[in-house]
Amino acid sequence: MYLLKLVIRNALRHRLRTGLTLLGIVVAILAFGLLRTVVNAWYAGAESTSASRLITRNAISLVFPLPITYQEKIRKIPGVSGVSYANWFGGVYISEKNFFPQLAIEPASYLELYPEYILPEDQKKAFFIDRKGAIIGKKLADQFGWKVGDVVPLRGTIFPGNWSFTIRGIYHATEKKTDTSQFFFHWDYLNETLKRTVPRRANYVGLYIVGLTHPEHAAVVAREIDNTFKNSLAETLTETEKAFQLSFVEMTEAILVAVQIVSIVIIVIIMAVMANTMAMTARERAAEYATLKALGFAPPFLAKLIFGESLAIAALGGALGIACTFPVAIAFGNAMGALFKVFYVSWQTVAAQLAAALVVGAVAAILPTWRASHVKIADGLRSL
Amino acid sequence: MQSVVEIRHLSKSYRRGEQVLAVLKNISFDIPEGEFLALMGPSGSGKSTLLNLIAGIDKPDSGEIRIGGVDITSLSESQLADWRAAHVGFVFQFYNLIPVLTAFENVELPLLLTHLNGKQRKQHVETALSMMGLGDRMLHYPSELSGGQQQRVAIARAVVTDPTILVADEPTGDLDRASADDILNLLTRLNLELGKTIILVTHDPHAAQSARVIRHLDKGVLDATKALI
Repeated sequence: MYLLKLVIRNALRHRLRTGLTLLGIVVAILAFGLLRTVVNAWYAGAESTSASRLITRNAISLVFPLPITYQEKIRKIPGVSGVSYANWFGGVYISEKNFFPQLAIEPASYLELYPEYILPEDQKKAFFIDRKGAIIGKKLADQFGWKVGDVVPLRGTIFPGNWSFTIRGIYHATEKKTDTSQFFFHWDYLNETLKRTVPRRANYVGLYIVGLTHPEHAAVVAREIDNTFKNSLAETLTETEKAFQLSFVEMTEAILVAVQIVSIVIIVIIMAVMANTMAMTARERAAEYATLKALGFAPPFLAKLIFGESLAIAALGGALGIACTFPVAIAFGNAMGALFKVFYVSWQTVAAQLAAALVVGAVAAILPTWRASHVKIADGLRSL
Repeated sequence: MQSVVEIRHLSKSYRRGEQVLAVLKNISFDIPEGEFLALMGPSGSGKSTLLNLIAGIDKPDSGEIRIGGVDITSLSESQLADWRAAHVGFVFQFYNLIPVLTAFENVELPLLLTHLNGKQRKQHVETALSMMGLGDRMLHYPSELSGGQQQRVAIARAVVTDPTILVADEPTGDLDRASADDILNLLTRLNLELGKTIILVTHDPHAAQSARVIRHLDKGVLDATKALI
């Protein structure tokens, strides 16, 4: 109790210095948390994947399509519970800055493979029967203020022309990590239009989504699918949904590594600032520490005093930094629009922030404690 | 009277670069229990070093220091810390109070190292501060007290554990004449009324007059004769 009282009063002795140090820690922990959240958001696509789904695409590249006829052949492979397909649409809503993912899907089979998308039954029915209908995620609906019945015009880029869709449903997710910023519409609508406008592009899909009866057989089933189409005009590459998503993340891995390095550098910088603060503090109090030692207080007591003060400042700064991370992350996520599929502060990030703050506090106290413990009492008393 | 401090062949030197500076040279003397001794000498004579050695906050190069029968030169750092807590009361020139603690809390500090409970500590602190005439200043912080009052708090802190010896290094050096006299009177009272053994280091002849015995130190050598007041 006495120690705690002394620690708190010492921490408040130089309020401006403590306040500025605290501010530095708050900003550093906030920045650290925000950067980690950005990295997490980047990996969110991979995190939200299911082990019971495979993705089959053209072996040459994702930009090359696969014939729709593959669907039935894949369905017959042992271990496959269901097959669906999708085409990346890449349309523009008013201007390019309003980016959001649009996929042409086969509604029934697709939604069956993605039970994490929760759609009210009446909206699902309405979507199924309207070939120009679309369903959108809650995040996307909130972003543009769209509601059921609204008509959304899109300008095609991969599939040129002006397209218009009527929103028939808004899905939400069972988990935070699920992407609710997507726009789904009927593949049939796309295909029929292509049959009329560009017949050679009709009856092709961008990728197949393959459901597994037993996720542990993923490698065997993937190999079997690829063997089935070996030496065909469109050979396939089948991988787990997670591997498929990570292949996108890998394209920007250098940026992610840079972001992670910057987040660590921020912590190292604030560690140096905090260490300097504690070193100044301990130097100013050399005579007090010498007095305490003269009175009979052993070095462990001084260690508790210095560590206590350093950890108290760091923990308070860390707590404030963590508290600030949530509103800032929400504002940041909103400002980024659909760039990040999901953007939320995970408990792992909060734990990392707290750990970083405590490490900063502990490291900053090491040198001052060592000095205070080892300085000769007579020398310390002379430093008044 | 029995000697509470016994010093034999005590030497201490400091190294400054290549140069070795002998501060104390083969000093031997005794201090009887209940003595009030003033150690005088010019700056650099070694009087503060001698006081530090007696108080167990510095180690000699050679020689023996027995306080109450204990050879403190043979104690480890942690043993010395415990020994100081139990046997030495310190009064410093600049008071050395902890600024964020009240007068009460400053005096309570050394009692935290004892087995006394909170209630007992409170009684001891109140008694010590009342004895110093600071019964109404217990909750004041050092910055709210005059220099003389701060030194009285420091003396209360020094005596609250009832130590074997009281060491005072220039306790009036930072005070005006009236406050200095006040402090010297207090030390005299502690010696006369409570029988405290006090070792006072000063270069002020007026302050030294409060002691019963004055010994001079010059260039690390103690004078052969005692000056009795």
